[in-house]
Amino acid sequence: MTPAGPPTDPSVLDPERFSAHRVMGTETEYGIIAPSIPDANATILSSQVVNAYAATLREGLGNLAGTRWDYTDEAPLADARGWHQARHSADPSQLTDTPPVLTAEQVAMVDPPLDDVGPLDSAVLMNLVLNNGARLYVDHAHPEYSSPEVTNPLDAVLWDRAGDAVALTAMRRIAATPGFAPVHLYKNNTDNKSVSYGSHENYLVPRSVPFHHLAAVLIPFFVTRQTLCGSGRVGIGAFNQAPGFQLSQRADFFENEIGLETTVRRPIINTRDEPHAVAEKYRRLHVIIGDANLSETSNYLKMGTTSLVLSLIDRQNAPVPEIHDPVRELQAVSHDPTLKHRVRLVDGRSVTALDVQEMYLDACLRESDRQGGTDPQSADLLHRWGSLIDVLRGNPLDAAGQLDWVAKLKVLEAYRSRDGMAWDDPRLALVDLQYSDLRPEKSIYHRLSARGDIDRLVNDEQVSAAVSNPPEDTRAYFRGHCISSFPREVVGASWDSIIFELPSQRRLQRIQTREPLRGTAALTRELFAASADAEEFVSRLLSRPQSNMAP
Amino acid sequence: MATQDRRNTGSRPAEQDEEQDTGVPDTSGAPEGGTPTAQTQGVDDLLDEIDGVLESNAEEFVRGFVQKGGQ
Repeated sequence: MTPAGPPTDPSVLDPERFSAHRVMGTETEYGIIAPSIPDANATILSSQVVNAYAATLREGLGNLAGTRWDYTDEAPLADARGWHQARHSADPSQLTDTPPVLTAEQVAMVDPPLDDVGPLDSAVLMNLVLNNGARLYVDHAHPEYSSPEVTNPLDAVLWDRAGDAVALTAMRRIAATPGFAPVHLYKNNTDNKSVSYGSHENYLVPRSVPFHHLAAVLIPFFVTRQTLCGSGRVGIGAFNQAPGFQLSQRADFFENEIGLETTVRRPIINTRDEPHAVAEKYRRLHVIIGDANLSETSNYLKMGTTSLVLSLIDRQNAPVPEIHDPVRELQAVSHDPTLKHRVRLVDGRSVTALDVQEMYLDACLRESDRQGGTDPQSADLLHRWGSLIDVLRGNPLDAAGQLDWVAKLKVLEAYRSRDGMAWDDPRLALVDLQYSDLRPEKSIYHRLSARGDIDRLVNDEQVSAAVSNPPEDTRAYFRGHCISSFPREVVGASWDSIIFELPSQRRLQRIQTREPLRGTAALTRELFAASADAEEFVSRLLSRPQSNMAP
Repeated sequence: MATQDRRNTGSRPAEQDEEQDTGVPDTSGAPEGGTPTAQTQGVDDLLDEIDGVLESNAEEFVRGFVQKGGQ
């Protein structure tokens, strides 16, 4: 079953329709510490998270879930503007197309001497592909959960939340393993000292849309959408050099308008052209500017409004309220929680961030009217978007039940009022940090949510189902079911491939999944049901006309 | 299911409320804020609850949260 409800009606994915529905997914890099080991190596801690989650899977399902990542189709240096960055000129952290390696000493630190189910597998895992079609792996110095591909913003919220549940399970496992120091994971984007780490969004868009137009429309949109989907931060500046509160975790870490890098000189528009799909037909828009959200409404609006604006672009009806000096304005908007700051547009107008958001909203409402209305989820997004713009124009604190930055600010202001704290009081910094702690007993977000002070859009049963089950309406269904049905024979996987190793075959069998809307339940459920084992499954696949492509 | 932004309804038309049957989040409305006194009481309760959750020695804990760069 699809936890969020019935599978998407394929007609809403028609690119000719104005809609928030499209293939999308999220990536979350979690902040990580082991408080009792202040100098712990972050890469080792991150691999503990991956291995601990693998151990829980083995225990529960009796299968090995370690899966090699197939790097064949990774191209992190391909630039959407039409060229490739030279490998020697790239920052080493940009080379995400080679597997990370631990030294022998580091391996010894991850592999526990003993635990209650015996030692972990002899090989230290740096990558897992999960039964729900997601990827859990070590990215630089953080554990990262990349959600399975979904077809709409609400499902994106659900499978993103499933990643938080996976992270919590791993933390609990580490805490319960003798000889291991407890590890804490935080869903935030900065250590508030000098460092930022990302939560990315990915949207499938037609290759036919000119990239420069995409960038021109999205820059003003991204500069201003933090009013709705910022997560709030205590501290100003990339080095936390001034006290205060701002809307966004990420804004102060951006230096460019457009560029290929994701770890240095971060750009508002990232040009990585790595479609993970049929490159002639699709682009994957890789959005690196968003904050990691705890609030489901913030997360829903972040992806929903972005997808709606992309639909305007597809239909060549998007506004371009070009902002003078967008990087500076990104930070100025973030630094003003009263939302009164005026942004200067190139056409001479001086408008607030909410005014800019309303320009996009109005264009969406017009587009919706033009086609005689839109699908229910898109209509719901438009309604919430407009309502929240109005609430924020009145008293921003009235949006505390919906938006992360407002919920966080309300708690901080209550502390300041009760205890007379200045913005540089370390307890306010701690509230900021613990808002994003993923352990419910330590998470301030979770406290607010448990009290009914923050709206939920998905429930715990749905999240639990999404941890183990893939979406039914994308290729993630094929990937997830290959992993769960044939754990011993699937030896590698990626977004666009599954690799089988079969006793009867001398060579590995690589099945391509380059069409994100194939490999769905509708197309492959019977194939899985009819195959007694991996040999039969692969032999049925290979007997079809397009034998190396998923159905 | 119609959307529910509690403090702000009707300022914009909720499009096609009648036909929203699938794929729309069901937000169960939390109670209204109530009187100022009740609100103040609620905030005091909330801060008491959070006081009990915060790590001890805020300054040291925050200083110890050091990350390596990411994407």
